[in-house]
Amino acid sequence: MSSTRRPIRIWRNPSAKIASIPMILTALVVFVGGTGWTVLHSFTSSRLLPKLDFVGLAQYERLWSTRRWLISVENLAVFGVCSLILTLVAGFALAALLDRKIRGENAFRTIFLYPFAMSFVVTGLVWQWILNPDFGIQGIVRGWGWEVFSFDPLNNPDIVVFGLLIAGIWQGTGLVMVIMLAGLRGVDEDIWKSARVDGIGTVKTYLFIIVPMMRPVFVTALVIISSGIIKLYDLVVAQTNGGPGIASEVPAKYVIDYMFKAQNLGQGFAASTMMLVSVTIIVVPWAYLEFGGRKRG
Amino acid sequence: MKTLTASLAAAALVCAASPAPAADVEVTHWWTSGGEAAAVSELARAFNDKTDHDWVDGAIAGSGGTARPIIISRILGGDPMAATQLNHGRQAEELIQAGLLTDLTEVAEAEGWRDIINPVSLLDACTHDGRVYCAPINIHSAQWLWLSHDAFRKAGAPVPKDWNEFVAAAPKLERAGLVPLAMGQQGWQQNLAFGTLQIAIAGMDAWREVNVNKNAEFAAGPDYAKVFRSAADAREFARGSNVQDWNLATNLVITGRAGGQIMGDWAQGEFQVAGKTAGRDYTCLPGLGVNEVLDTGGDSFYFPVVDDPEIRAAQLELASLIVSPEVQVAFNLKKGSLPIRGDIDMSTANDCMQRGLAILADGDILPTGDIALSPDTQTQLEDLMAEFWSSDMSAEDAQSRYAAIISRAD
Repeated sequence: MSSTRRPIRIWRNPSAKIASIPMILTALVVFVGGTGWTVLHSFTSSRLLPKLDFVGLAQYERLWSTRRWLISVENLAVFGVCSLILTLVAGFALAALLDRKIRGENAFRTIFLYPFAMSFVVTGLVWQWILNPDFGIQGIVRGWGWEVFSFDPLNNPDIVVFGLLIAGIWQGTGLVMVIMLAGLRGVDEDIWKSARVDGIGTVKTYLFIIVPMMRPVFVTALVIISSGIIKLYDLVVAQTNGGPGIASEVPAKYVIDYMFKAQNLGQGFAASTMMLVSVTIIVVPWAYLEFGGRKRG
Repeated sequence: MKTLTASLAAAALVCAASPAPAADVEVTHWWTSGGEAAAVSELARAFNDKTDHDWVDGAIAGSGGTARPIIISRILGGDPMAATQLNHGRQAEELIQAGLLTDLTEVAEAEGWRDIINPVSLLDACTHDGRVYCAPINIHSAQWLWLSHDAFRKAGAPVPKDWNEFVAAAPKLERAGLVPLAMGQQGWQQNLAFGTLQIAIAGMDAWREVNVNKNAEFAAGPDYAKVFRSAADAREFARGSNVQDWNLATNLVITGRAGGQIMGDWAQGEFQVAGKTAGRDYTCLPGLGVNEVLDTGGDSFYFPVVDDPEIRAAQLELASLIVSPEVQVAFNLKKGSLPIRGDIDMSTANDCMQRGLAILADGDILPTGDIALSPDTQTQLEDLMAEFWSSDMSAEDAQSRYAAIISRAD
């Protein structure tokens, strides 16, 4: 029976299907094709020009024995976990505060959202200046008379990631806040009323009733934040350029530097393939649970 | 006389090759700072005046690291410019192999480049399988120590005459609250300083053994252990210097807040702009004053293959112009770099440049790291040096990792 229905289905709505052909082709050729090409060439010894001269896993062996790559991965992990948690918590907290029907909500919302209007390059430069030990926070506090005050994350290899983190959170929290606020506004007024009738406190209502209801909003925010974390590049270039030394390098910068500066495509492709693999490892099981499970249930 | 005949021959050849209709010639380069822009406009003026073609300036802002990927992707992507700056060395190696760059051998042979270009290693760097693919325009050397007279006066020490005296005077500078050695916290600067220390401490033969012959065992040996110990000392001298860009580090020296800086001869432009006089306000020590040798890095012009015969003719004319004496003098005086031929009058150059010219005339020269090592190896060395200078990595650790990179070098 299904075999008789199927051809009709394909030809239903032909104009919509024709209209989506360019996007389908783009997705297949550019995304899938480009990814396949990159992965294939990561097994070659390509230098400036791509060539199919296979060397097995040599590029990957070199990659995982390179200090700079290991540091990059570690930095991204620290930055990613901290940034994910802090942005979500801060974004939700700000949204909840604004949701208490305070005066001047519009003004606050604008102020908190403003940093998001700035590019990462501008954000990086601004925070580079603010964190500069001579002109920035440290200099000002010392100027007030607290001579031994020391706050110098960008010149200290051990904590430079947190210097990046401050800038990243400052930039990203506003957007998450707005998304959360939209979610909070979507919560039915009756739920608040019944919670109040049952005598549940405000904080408890948020944590145990509202948050679980906002699951789709959290998923959206999560996707936006994580994609920002994985592609972290311009903030680093503008704020520290990987320094001091190689203490704030990130994987995306490794890929760009080895592809273009070192003229070693094979190495850059191996690194970008590893980025793809790590994203896949995280995303596929999650997507399966989130979307695949529900269809069956 | 010989030069005259050669240029006549070249002129004849260029005329024969084309009836010379005018072509628009797009030239890409990354010379955007004050002195650099002045130098390149000399070249553009000469090209517009002496040929029928028009110079279309394609300056790319940012350093070579920004510009090179743009230039190379344009050549690879089938949208080649007529001519482009690159550093001479191995950056264009694969482009030549892929047949994307114009063969200049006919001009080079007609004008006798092999006889006039000094050092001849510059031409060798342009030569691939016996064919010439680039026209060198200037020489920049990296092995210089720039010293601030002011800083040493404040510290109550005489201005050092070589690296060893500098090391001895460093504690005095520190006691006077000055940074002994200014160092921009970027991998290439730290790698440059390390390369200079190699030549000064281990000597030319050792340098050659490691960088040209890529002898990893030698790099792990006792000669290089000394280099790494010196680098570890230098790292302590540079502790208080937390600037990033090279010219900010040079500025520390100019204003007397730092004792010295290891930087290439392009630093001289900064001293000149600040109105300082060599010998009175600052001293330059080529080869750190220990081994007075210089490397011969610098810039060359490459000409991508194009279909248009007019542009092809213009490319050959430009190549010939770049090597010509007038352009060499005008360009290099503005740029502060050394000319690629020894038979021209550079008497108006300042003290430091004259010292460079003398060393060049004596032939105490080395190929640059760009010629000896591939960009891939260079990037790995820069990463290692960036980490070494900003951390507490021990000299032994750094040496064994250095040797590992050299053993993988190609």
